[in-house]
Formats: sequence, structure tokens, C-alpha cells
Amino acid sequence: MIAELGLAALWLAAALAALQLVAAWLGQRAGGETLARVVRPAAVMQALLCGLAFLMLLWTFARTDLSVALVVENSGSDAPMIYKIAAAWGNHEGSMLLWITIMALAGGLIALIEHRLPEKTMLATLGAQAFVGLGFYAFIVFASNPFTRVAMPPADGNGLNPALQDIGLAMHPPTLYCGYVGLSIAFSFAVGALLTRQVTPDFARVMRPWILGAWIFLTLGITAGSYWSYYELGWGGWWFWDPVENASLMPWLAATALLHSASVLASRDALRTWTIMLGVIAFSMSMIGTFLVRSGILTSVHAFAVDPTRGTFILVLLAINIGGALALFAARAGTIAEGERFSPLSREGALVINNVTLCAVLGIVLVGTLYPLLTEAFGLRVSVGPPYFNPVSMVFVTPMLMVLAIGPLLRWRRDSFARVRAPVLLAAAAALIALLGLWLLAGMALLPLLGLTLAAGVAVSAFMPLRGRSLKRLPLSVWGMAISHFGIAVALFGMSVDTAFTVEKLTAAGVGETVAVGPWQVRLTSVEPVAGPNWTSLAGRLSASYRGGPAHELAPQSRTFWARPQTTAESALLTRWNGQLYTVIGEETQDGRWQLRLWWKPFVTFIWLGGMLIGLGGLLALIGRVASDLRRRAAARKIAARQADVAEVPR
Amino acid sequence: MSAAFKPKHQRLALVGIALIAILVAGVLAAWALRNQASYFYIPSEIVAHPPAADRAVRLGGMVKVGSLKTAPDGVTMHFEVDDGKAQVPVTFKGLAPDLFKEGSGVVAEGHMVGGTFVADNLLAKHDENYVPRELQDMSKQQARQTVADTK
Repeated sequence: MIAELGLAALWLAAALAALQLVAAWLGQRAGGETLARVVRPAAVMQALLCGLAFLMLLWTFARTDLSVALVVENSGSDAPMIYKIAAAWGNHEGSMLLWITIMALAGGLIALIEHRLPEKTMLATLGAQAFVGLGFYAFIVFASNPFTRVAMPPADGNGLNPALQDIGLAMHPPTLYCGYVGLSIAFSFAVGALLTRQVTPDFARVMRPWILGAWIFLTLGITAGSYWSYYELGWGGWWFWDPVENASLMPWLAATALLHSASVLASRDALRTWTIMLGVIAFSMSMIGTFLVRSGILTSVHAFAVDPTRGTFILVLLAINIGGALALFAARAGTIAEGERFSPLSREGALVINNVTLCAVLGIVLVGTLYPLLTEAFGLRVSVGPPYFNPVSMVFVTPMLMVLAIGPLLRWRRDSFARVRAPVLLAAAAALIALLGLWLLAGMALLPLLGLTLAAGVAVSAFMPLRGRSLKRLPLSVWGMAISHFGIAVALFGMSVDTAFTVEKLTAAGVGETVAVGPWQVRLTSVEPVAGPNWTSLAGRLSASYRGGPAHELAPQSRTFWARPQTTAESALLTRWNGQLYTVIGEETQDGRWQLRLWWKPFVTFIWLGGMLIGLGGLLALIGRVASDLRRRAAARKIAARQADVAEVPR
Repeated sequence: MSAAFKPKHQRLALVGIALIAILVAGVLAAWALRNQASYFYIPSEIVAHPPAADRAVRLGGMVKVGSLKTAPDGVTMHFEVDDGKAQVPVTFKGLAPDLFKEGSGVVAEGHMVGGTFVADNLLAKHDENYVPRELQDMSKQQARQTVADTK
């Protein structure tokens, strides 16, 4: 009954999306005012029904309803409750339902609260949102129905994928999807603005909180995903340039560019067509990312739920949405009047460089990700990894970060170099000192050296825009910018130091033996069996001491799950302020010793700390923007009320 | 420097900058892909046309039954990868993936040193949903025969 209710709600939501599209289309015309009034309620109802469908799916998973095929395939009665629920979106069908649910909720929310834009633009926006949504509804109900029943319910399900039984990973897809789908709102606004030719600063202001929100989710999602693969995969690496990682990085790069160009449009009414273009590209990257992950065209460590037969469906959806939006852009871009002009040496000029370099990096990542697919069509199998991505993207990241250090100090419209000479020289001096200092510490590779130099320059310049301003009266968005930029320096510092100074030790040790890795002395005390709720494991007991200091206990495990017989290495980490000791235990050798893999990774935690700072900066900016919007609205309402009073008095 | 662009020219200049950046990125990417993409080989190909020693490549095939030996240090492995026609000796120092065993498929990432393939990383069938890309085809076309030949 629950599954049928969910399916019915899903169909009704799809029907409402169709209604929303048709009403928005016809409502644009003269005499369509009655229909136009239907659009907003339809969007809200669609959100509620889609939310209901998703809740029903969660419910079937929570009670392990084994008459539903998806539950049988992806869950089991022995798993802890939190993972049973997370299993609902840890598979293809459930994750697509999550996608459309978030999209419907976002659409319902703008229908409910957004009243700043001309009504025609709003109609076009909600119409575009319904159009994109309909494609995904069709995909779900026709090609990946999550509520399909099985004829004969089995005694128990297949169990959860062991790799997914981790709280970080359970929360990973919803976070990323919020980011992906938040960009759909920016996309719909861009299409709406193109259709009605209303590209104004107001449009950018309306769009900005959505971009910011999506960007925060993407930032945190990527950061968490990186940390997850770092400790879960047991390889000690934090970024593999895996296609699925790239699929989340590409929308982030586009969203970062869009965020900056939208702020130019909002503050200065410049870069109009450029912002529209980025709005289209950003969500296109989300859809391409989904296509890469969900179609099964790439098989990688992340691709848990793949089904090649569905690839064609998503590819067609992709072609219609992206191709349609780009065609519309090509047709309309010429008719959008040029915005305000600016001198090359100005805040706008710096942000143009930011945008161009971000797009170049995006192009490099996209080409590197798709290249193996292209060559495979010609019968040649290749893979593209760090030797391509690292140096080539650094060619553009370097000028981008140099401009990042200077740009926030510049004034809008035009500026002179003489005015910003002092802070620029200071940042350059910091970078130079870092460069020289590291050069004297010979033997450092080019990329980490460059990374540390840039990190020093960016860190010093990040807080300079705050100089000479009253810190109390400073808008939250300026604080946000400074913190985000500082976060980039912190993350870059962590990446460079980890790349340059990590110490690795791979050995087989007997019980009681001591192994040295960097400043650590690690002793294998014992190896014991441990039992969990749905697994058993062999746990090594390690006792580690830093430079002869007190001993710390670590217990890396080699864990075997029952429901799906599979072994995973559970790494154990020891965190200090200046780095992490990373330990993995392998198999027993023939002579009774144990394989141990140990790393000392100085300042590796700064990578994710930096990621969190970047996200925190975004959050502060978002709070600042929304709060000032609310204040402005309250003020407008007060003025309107006063005017109404004045109008009533003479009567 | 501080003079604003002439009307009309600003949009043109912006489009120009964007195009130049895209061009540079494209040329760089094409050049780097030529030099840095790592090609996939099966043993008979790598024996017939060995790649340059500094070139990172991938080697895929079956781990020959009876060829797997662990060195006295406990973490270095030697084995042979087989495609039914040729065998290539492989050296790997590290923790083998969970499903790595004799008679099953493997993809090794590394490079050729002399006649030996030095692997930096091994990819094995991880679970029913994750099979290295190269092995998916292999299991259809060659794997059964390969296993039959090597048994």
C-alpha cells in the first residue's frame, strides 16, 4: 500500500509539472491571466506530492518492506536503522527520486516566496523549471521506478553495499544533490530571463542566494567526499581525478564563476550575457555529471548503481535541455543590451579574469574526463590521471590565484595601480619569501612549491579588503569573501605540504615489532578478532608515539561483511594539529607477520579545513544577503502600509 | 590603462579574451593528453610493442595460476599476467586489493622496466558493481578462454 501511494503521488506530481508548464506557456499570452494564476500553486503542490513520494520510499526502507524490489536489492534486515534509511538513496532509482524531490522543493519555494521579478519572467522561469522536471519525472516512472514490487518476497534482502555503511557517505549524495539541483534554479532563472529579455541587476540579486546555496552544498559535498575517499579507500590519497569526482568538481567550477559574475551583474549591471551563459553552463555540468555517474558509461570506484540501458534516456534528456538552452541563448544573446562598461584595471576586470580562468580549468577537466570515452569509440583504451590534470590545470590556477590576491582590493569600474601598490607588494613579498625559503629547502617538486608560494600570497591578501574599514559595520558578505579566499590558501597549503612531505612505510611486521615512519614509532601490539552488527574483522592493535612522546592506540581493521561477502580495509587515523598518522592493516604473510601500510601526512587536515572555511565563507555571505533582503522587504512593506494609511485618512 | 574601452569594443574584447583562453586551454589539453594519457595493453600487445620506460601504462589480464609469489619482505609480490597468448612478469609492492587472487582478472597501473612490469597500483574486481573498465570487455571476450587455457 505504501509503495502504491508513493507511486501515485509521483504520477500526480508529474501531472502537476505538466500543468505548470502548459499554464506558464499559455499564461504568457494576452488573456491568459487566469491560467497564469495556476502556475505558482501548481509548483507548490508538485513539491508537496513529490516530497510525499520520497517519504513513502524512506518508509518502505525503514521497515525493510521486502515486497519492494529496490529494498530487496539494496537493504537487509540486519543493518542499523540509519543505514537502512540511507540505503534509500544509495542506489540508482532512489537517488533519482531524491534528485527530483529536491528540484520540486526548490521550485515550490521560489513559487512561494519570490515576488521581486516581473511576473512574466517568473512565469517563464517556473515553466522552464517544470520542463526540466518533466524530463526527470518521465525518466523515473518509465525507466527507473523505485516502487516496483517483486512477485515473491524473499526471506531477507541482499544487504547494503559495505562501502556505503559509513555516515559520511550516507550524507554525501543528498549534500551533492542539493548543490546540483540548486543550480537548476539558476538555470531556470537564466532561461526565464532570456525568454523575456529581462536581464537586470534584480535578476542577478534573485538568482544569487540560490547560486550561493548550491555552491555551499557543492563545496561541502566535495570536501566531505574527498575526506571519505581518503579514509575509506585506504589509499592515503585525497583526490584521484576519478570521473565521478570530476563530475562534482565541474559544476563547482562553473558555479564559482557564476557566483562571481552574478555579483558583478547585481552590483554594477555589467556582464549580462556572460552571467546568463554561465547559468546555463553550471546546471549543464550538473546534468553531465549525473549522466556520467548514472548511465554506467564510466565504471569507477564511486559508481555503485549503474545501468547502461538508461544511459540513452539520460543522454536524450541532456541533449534536449542543454541543446535547447544553448540554442535559445544563441538566438537571444544578441538582443540583450550591453551592460555598464569598466576599465580593465577594476574589480570587474579582475572578476573577468577569474571567470575566464575558471572556465579554462573547467574545460580542461571536462576534456580530460571525456577523452577516454572518445578514444574508446575509436577502439583505443586510455585512462587520464594526475599527470595530465595537475600540471595543465595549474597553468590556469596560477594566474587565477594571483588575481584573487589583488582583485578584492580594486574598486569597481576603474582603479589605478598606485592606490593598491602597498598591499599588492606585501602579498608579493609573502609569496617571494615562501618561494625563497622553500627553494633553500632543496628537493621540492615544482607543483607543491608553486602551491605553497601562492598559498602564502593569497593568505596574506585575503583579509586586506577589511583593512581600514569598521569591522563592526562590515557587511557579512565581505567577511564571507575574506574567509572563503583564506580557505583557498589553507586548502592549497595542505595539498602542497602533503604532496611534498608525506612519508610512507610499507612493511610486514610481527607482533611486538616496532616500525618507524617519519617522526613516529609504531608498535604492533596484537591482532584480535572483533565482531560488529553485520561484519567480523581482524583488528590490529597499534601503539604509536610521536618523537618519543606518550603512546596512542590505533586499531586498523580488515573487515568482512556477511550479507555481501566482501572484505574492506578500515584505516585508523591519529590526528595531531600538524598532521595525521594513517594506518592500514593487510593480510597475514606465510611466516605469521602482518602487512602494515603507514603514512605520516603533515598538515593534510588543512585540505578539508580549508574546504570547510570556503563553505563557511559562503554561508556567511548567504546569511548576510538574505538578511538584507528581508530588511529591505520589511521596509518596503512599512512604506506601503504608511502610504495606505495616508490614502485612507481623507475619507 | 585606466581609460575605459570604447563603446562596442568592450564586448568584443571580452569575447576575444575568452576565446584566447579557450584556445590556449584546448591546445594545452591536446598536447598533454598526447603525452600523459595512459594506454591500456594486454600481455600480447605489450610484448609485441613495449612502451617507453618512462611512460605510464595499464596492463590487464588474468593472474596466472601458480605464478603468485610473495618476497621475503612480506609486501612485494611477483606474478605473471596472462592473456592466453603471452605472459608478462609483474612486480608490485603494496597491499593487494581484496579480490586479487590467482586465476582472476587484474588491471595493473605502472610502467615497463626491462621485461618486467613494475606496478604502482592494482585494480581487481571489487564487487559485483565495480569491475575495472578494461576487464568488463575482457570477461566477455577473453576471460573464459584465458582461464580455460591456464587451468
